[in-house]
Amino acid sequence: MPSPARTLIVGSRRGFWLVIFICLSDTALPLREASAPSCTDNSHGDPKLPRGTANSFETNHTKRSFPVLHFNYEHVRIPFEISLWILLASLMKLGFHLVPGLSSVVPESCLLIVVGLLVGGLIRVGGEKPPVLDSDLFFLCLLPPIILDAGYFLPTRPFTENIGTILMFAVVGTLWNVFFMGGVLYAVSQAGGPYLGSMDLVPCLIFSSIVSAVDPVAVLAVFEEIHINELLHVLVFGESLLNDAVTVVLYHLFEEYVGVDSVSVLDVCLAVLCFFVVSLGGVLVGATYGILAALTSRFTSNLRVIEPLFVFVYSYMAYLSAEVFHLSGIMSLIACGVVMRPYVDANISHKSYTTIKYFLKMWSSVSETLIFIFLGVSTVAGPHSWNWTFVTVSILLCLIARVLGVVGLTYIINKFRVINLTGKDQFIVAFGGLRGAIAFSLGYLLKEEHFPMRNMFLTAIITIIFFTVFVQGMTIRPLVELLAVKRKHESKHSINEEVHTQVLHHLLAGIEGVCGHYGHHHWRDKLLRFNKRYVKRYLISGERSREPRLVAFYNKMELRHAMELLESGAGAGARMPSVPSTASLQSFQSRVPASSRAAPQISKEVEAEIRNILRANLQKTQQKLHSYRRHTLVGDPFEDNLQERLLEKQRAELGRRMSVFLTDQPQDSPSRTRSRPPAATQTKARIPAIQEHLPFP
Amino acid sequence: MGTFLSLPSQQEFQDLAEKTGFSLEQIGILHRRFTQLSHGEATLRREDFKTIQDLSCNPIRCQIIEAFFDKRNLQKNGKGSVQEIGFEDFLTIMSYFRPPRLHMTEEERAGMRREKLRFLFNMHDTDNDGTITLEEYRHVVEELLSRSGALGKETAKAIADAAMLEVASISVGHMEPDEFYEGITFEHFLKIFNNIEIETKMHIRFLNMDTTTLCT
Repeated sequence: MPSPARTLIVGSRRGFWLVIFICLSDTALPLREASAPSCTDNSHGDPKLPRGTANSFETNHTKRSFPVLHFNYEHVRIPFEISLWILLASLMKLGFHLVPGLSSVVPESCLLIVVGLLVGGLIRVGGEKPPVLDSDLFFLCLLPPIILDAGYFLPTRPFTENIGTILMFAVVGTLWNVFFMGGVLYAVSQAGGPYLGSMDLVPCLIFSSIVSAVDPVAVLAVFEEIHINELLHVLVFGESLLNDAVTVVLYHLFEEYVGVDSVSVLDVCLAVLCFFVVSLGGVLVGATYGILAALTSRFTSNLRVIEPLFVFVYSYMAYLSAEVFHLSGIMSLIACGVVMRPYVDANISHKSYTTIKYFLKMWSSVSETLIFIFLGVSTVAGPHSWNWTFVTVSILLCLIARVLGVVGLTYIINKFRVINLTGKDQFIVAFGGLRGAIAFSLGYLLKEEHFPMRNMFLTAIITIIFFTVFVQGMTIRPLVELLAVKRKHESKHSINEEVHTQVLHHLLAGIEGVCGHYGHHHWRDKLLRFNKRYVKRYLISGERSREPRLVAFYNKMELRHAMELLESGAGAGARMPSVPSTASLQSFQSRVPASSRAAPQISKEVEAEIRNILRANLQKTQQKLHSYRRHTLVGDPFEDNLQERLLEKQRAELGRRMSVFLTDQPQDSPSRTRSRPPAATQTKARIPAIQEHLPFP
Repeated sequence: MGTFLSLPSQQEFQDLAEKTGFSLEQIGILHRRFTQLSHGEATLRREDFKTIQDLSCNPIRCQIIEAFFDKRNLQKNGKGSVQEIGFEDFLTIMSYFRPPRLHMTEEERAGMRREKLRFLFNMHDTDNDGTITLEEYRHVVEELLSRSGALGKETAKAIADAAMLEVASISVGHMEPDEFYEGITFEHFLKIFNNIEIETKMHIRFLNMDTTTLCT
């Protein structure tokens, strides 16, 4: 590396750490101010104020010099602190990526927890009490963006294909974990005697119900970086989302019955009923808000600017509404995102789509960072009550219960699945069961008077979280490579794949019809037809509602090619990167057998109509990248300042392509076409160019 | 009228099971379905397929029905199609849709892939010349879009052209100006599906228990 560049990088890194240091000291300062003794009167205790003002209360209007500078921190304290925390979190994230090689060895979540520990330690050293992760803050502010991001970009196809497996793992697996762990803990505590103290069954059960659920935040944070294949990703991730209902029901159930001696059959039945109500109710609430959002987006064509707002607000309302009735907020949010997405995507403008995508990624990223940092800080804050036996037993039980659960369930599930889960798959599923901040927050919500050993629980929960995130999170990447687990294919979906996927879908649905057996393909086909005939009409505006999927895909692809042309050919006069030169297409066309060459020329009216159709589609289509990974947003070529040149290029490109497709004779000799720059002024002379400006709505 | 279908013996079923890889229960169920479709006769004709309700709204039903009668899929010699198929032929076609077994070697998997892709290829290559030409591809896309009305034909043409271009660029790479892309051969066809694991996608669940009485 040349030396000026190197000094620049070193200098920037040094400067960066300097900024971090200042930030940290700034964070400590307001907290100290916050807990400055007693009064909130802003004129107290500050040496900067001129002395006259301190006396202004006692004396009546003695003349004092006009204060030039005020200091009124209390006024802005809370937003100021929140902003500082967010800034700190984001700077930390930035820092990790500046250090080369660090993020490929240690997952970000671990680093952030360590940073949280450091910050907590600093604050404590500064003499203050570090803030604890407030459960309200967590459940109402930090968790929803992450879940919405996950739900909105959920890969619905693999999710619905494996929904049976996912539900088995989420419901039956979690139940098994809870009761196995609770039962064994109870037995150990009865037998353990002096080390453990005797605990009742219900506290054991509530502890295990808090700890058993796989956490979506932790799973997302770790799995995003290891790129395993779609099936495993969707299994573990889907399980972490859907087990929320089970956790909610069990938690409230055990909390209700903490003092009660016996549990009757009626209570158990009510609990089962409650589970169905919680989960299905959550989904229903989410779906309702999703349909409302889709309906609203149908009418926003005149006011594009607030389209993203509707998406966010409706989703958040879905979450809050579900929380009001103690239904599963996570399932509600997922249902809302999944239901609203196809319709909203068809209705909103391209810029709104980009805005939604970026905002969701940004918020969820910040949320996740804050959660992990706060986990670290809360660990330092305590209160702790360390009990070796309890902690080691619970960690062991966590692992054992998970492994046994996964193996046992897979054995049963494989009897019903067509594609069986192999041993490697089972290992990844078991190993990927990470616990995270949800467990901590739920534990924090336990009341001291009902659960005297709450501090012990909290310590154990934190230790388990640390264990799973650090040990499992760090080792999963080398293990995935060691076991040669199938990774995700990073390929762009080509038009051929799309055509053949659709052919395959129809073929399989047809064969199922011939066999007389209504399987997955049949029902999916029915749902798509129902959607097309009844639902799309009301929820999608304009003529997009009748556009078949293949055509939409094709238009997107054309747009993408035009974009690539712009990117690669800007000023360089290069050829199209991924599509062969039109020369080869011309030779392709010109060798068509003589009989079809005599086919009549397409009339001018049809030509104009085709051009209109293609232009209209260009105006409305959007670019959709497979974007359900947060850390690496695929570079989006849609930049505002390129739009004008983009449109120029598109027009030229479109003209060139159409001239080839529509006329049978090659317009020019191949070599001459290729040597010309792609601005293609030639084509404008041959066919009437598209005169109108193509605005992107 | 035609010969009535006599109930095949256990031995015949056993032979069929070994040949096609289905289990005995699955063969029994498929046999019942065959009998239902053929109204008791020993062979199926194209008209029998047309009575199936679910196929009527399928955009590519003609190709699916043709695939059943295609000699290449039935592993008979020669080209063209037959007029009627027996139960064994029915099973042969169905065996293309079996899921991969749990413990398959890499070669077995690759073999199964080729078979399934061969079936798909034959579906598109209607004139039996071994390549999918532009016309045939256009026909495929038109069928897919056949429910979109007038828009379908023109856009189908454009889509098919773009798709052929893409296959050409994947398989042949850069082409000289006077080179000519004949059509998609089977090898090029395989390349399209490099990223799609066809053996895990192209299968249906064959039941071991009978539910055919519920359907038309």
